[in-house]
Amino acid sequence: MSTGVIFAIILLPLFSFLVISFVLRPFFKHRPQLSWYTTIGAIGTSLALSIWTFIEVSAAEGHVLAMPDYEWLAIGDTVINIGVTVDALAAVMLIVVTVVSLMVQFYSRGYMHGDGGYIRYFAFMSLFTASMLGLVLADNLVFLFLFWEGVGLCSYLLIGFWFHKPEAARAAMKAFVVTRLGDFGFLVAILLLYAKTGTFDIGELQHLALAGTLGGAVLTWAAIGVFSGAIGKSAQFPLHTWLPDAMEGPTPVSALIHAATMVAAGVYLVARMFPVFASDATAITTVAVIGGFTAIFAATMGLVMNDIKRVLAYSTISQLGYMMLGLGVVGMAVASGTISTEHGLALGVAVGIFHLFTHAFFKALLFLGAGSVSHATGTFDMRMMGGLRKAMPWTYLMFLIASLSLAGIWPLAGFWSKEGILTHAWEQVPLLFALGFITVFLTAFYMFRVIFLTFYGEYRGKAHLHESPLVMLLPMGILTILAVIAGLIGVNEFLGGHSYGFFEALTHPLAWASLCLAGAGIFLAYAIYGAKWLSAASLRQRFAPIYTLLSHKYWFDELYENLFLMRLLINGIFGWLHWIDDHIIDGAVNGIATVTVMGGSLIRRLETGQLQAYGMAIFIGILAIVAFLLIFS
Amino acid sequence: MSVGLEHFLILSAVLFAIGLYGVLAKRNAVVILMSIEIMLNAVNIAMVAFSRYGHFITGQVFVIFIMVVAAAEVAVGLALIIAIYRSRKTVDAEKFDLMKW
Repeated sequence: MSTGVIFAIILLPLFSFLVISFVLRPFFKHRPQLSWYTTIGAIGTSLALSIWTFIEVSAAEGHVLAMPDYEWLAIGDTVINIGVTVDALAAVMLIVVTVVSLMVQFYSRGYMHGDGGYIRYFAFMSLFTASMLGLVLADNLVFLFLFWEGVGLCSYLLIGFWFHKPEAARAAMKAFVVTRLGDFGFLVAILLLYAKTGTFDIGELQHLALAGTLGGAVLTWAAIGVFSGAIGKSAQFPLHTWLPDAMEGPTPVSALIHAATMVAAGVYLVARMFPVFASDATAITTVAVIGGFTAIFAATMGLVMNDIKRVLAYSTISQLGYMMLGLGVVGMAVASGTISTEHGLALGVAVGIFHLFTHAFFKALLFLGAGSVSHATGTFDMRMMGGLRKAMPWTYLMFLIASLSLAGIWPLAGFWSKEGILTHAWEQVPLLFALGFITVFLTAFYMFRVIFLTFYGEYRGKAHLHESPLVMLLPMGILTILAVIAGLIGVNEFLGGHSYGFFEALTHPLAWASLCLAGAGIFLAYAIYGAKWLSAASLRQRFAPIYTLLSHKYWFDELYENLFLMRLLINGIFGWLHWIDDHIIDGAVNGIATVTVMGGSLIRRLETGQLQAYGMAIFIGILAIVAFLLIFS
Repeated sequence: MSVGLEHFLILSAVLFAIGLYGVLAKRNAVVILMSIEIMLNAVNIAMVAFSRYGHFITGQVFVIFIMVVAAAEVAVGLALIIAIYRSRKTVDAEKFDLMKW
């Protein structure tokens, strides 16, 4: 298989972006559908090529295809290459990105129908997909960082797609700035690694880290720097605040951001650099702890949100935490030598990326379902929904399956991947396992709270309800199938992990425990929001302090914006700088001006305006010159 | 006592000093103008004397020129003084302080 095919996977969507931007948008404005055809054609072809790549990789020895590097630019002795890595990890990611992206593009045709920015939308979507595909395939850090920033840019453009709404413009800016904090650490880490090793190549860095040539404090800080990039992109604590606000973008964009592109990039980066992380106990422990904490932390906030998309957003953050936890706990085992390096490295990637793989399908489906619901009701507020089951049976069914999958119910996709993470967490770090285990309950509860509030009871809004058109339901249907079977098609084994047999899983006590816990969560949601045995309002009153804490998202937005931004930065450091600017820098300039003016007003008094005084001055001057000449010549 | 170049130059210097005193000390603009004429003529005397003793005819020619220009200049100067008198009702030089800021 030639390199050309691999590059075509990236270049096709990129080409689609260029065609839409420079040909279709200026010259075919009256035929917006053309931009949709272009996007679908490009991404569809990319998908076909990705499947071909996947097949080739699975047939190849060691699941790796060797690809040549091409020199991109040379600065002195520093040579930066353009090259691709085609291994099991990249192959799985290619499938995830292209499948989800293609489904989202199909769905968008219905969802974005009649929007003024239709052509622009598909241009950005193509670029977004191209950036993510490039990110997945890049084999060196500079090339990867280029696409990494491309993904960030596209998310900015798409979150702020309806930029005339102030909230959307604000959310886009927030996403960009918050992820930028993490990216800064990533960039520093890239430069640090280059300074110490003289290479940007990820494969070489992995070898150096495993061989111990690269180690000590340098490795720790570099790995934590890379992880800070992942924290920003994957919305992990403490940079999680941008993702819920990113809901201001069009819903298909949210589906794409949450499932395949953008947030997946952070987890992918940790998986790609996994040998580097696993060589350093401090770094990999950080990954596991941040992941485990984020999983439960975000899930608790999801419990009280009224906006359906916000619940899903917190759910994504929580699930991304699971992925980090999965990568982290296996990495910790490798770092401590509990399992062999060779086996552990593949296993860690498998545990983390398998959950990313299954999560992509059901989370994309949940977002498309939420979009379908809002297409009918015109709102995302669950207080204005209810009883939609009758009007939208297909959406309901698919949303239910996706929720069950997310809650980790056997035998849906989410069960298998979540089980993998929990099993390894249990073996390695019981404390982190406890966090993940409680999150299972919370996940089931908040998802079924959404189901009962949205689809059961009486309709509380005023809109005319209708099922979404086929162009929206069809991609959801395909994703539903994937949300059911994604755990069973052997991706885990392909990546180097191990899943239980179909029925064997049910004999495992841990699987039973988490199934029971998920069942308890669903039952509690039913008791409160379905059957109303418990009143939500009175519970809210009884646990008022907790409710306030959660509904204010632990005051993190306030903490960042009021304390860090306003107090510390704007009124603090910027205040001092402003004072220095005002008083010292401006003071110097104004001082010079004042001295000049004052000097002028003093010297002005010499100018009497009287002819004879000037005459006298001229006379004395001439006398002085003559005297000077007589004395010195 | 033979009259030499020095005597002419002393006369010229004395006249120039008198004229300069008049320019700097007198208030009446007409007197100042007259003083300027004295200074010019003091210079003329020096020029003619140098011309006579140095055997250069150029100095004498120049003196003729200066007298012509001085006559024209006096006409302009008097016209200015009359103009100033018409607008300010005075020819006192100390009152002409328009150039002061």
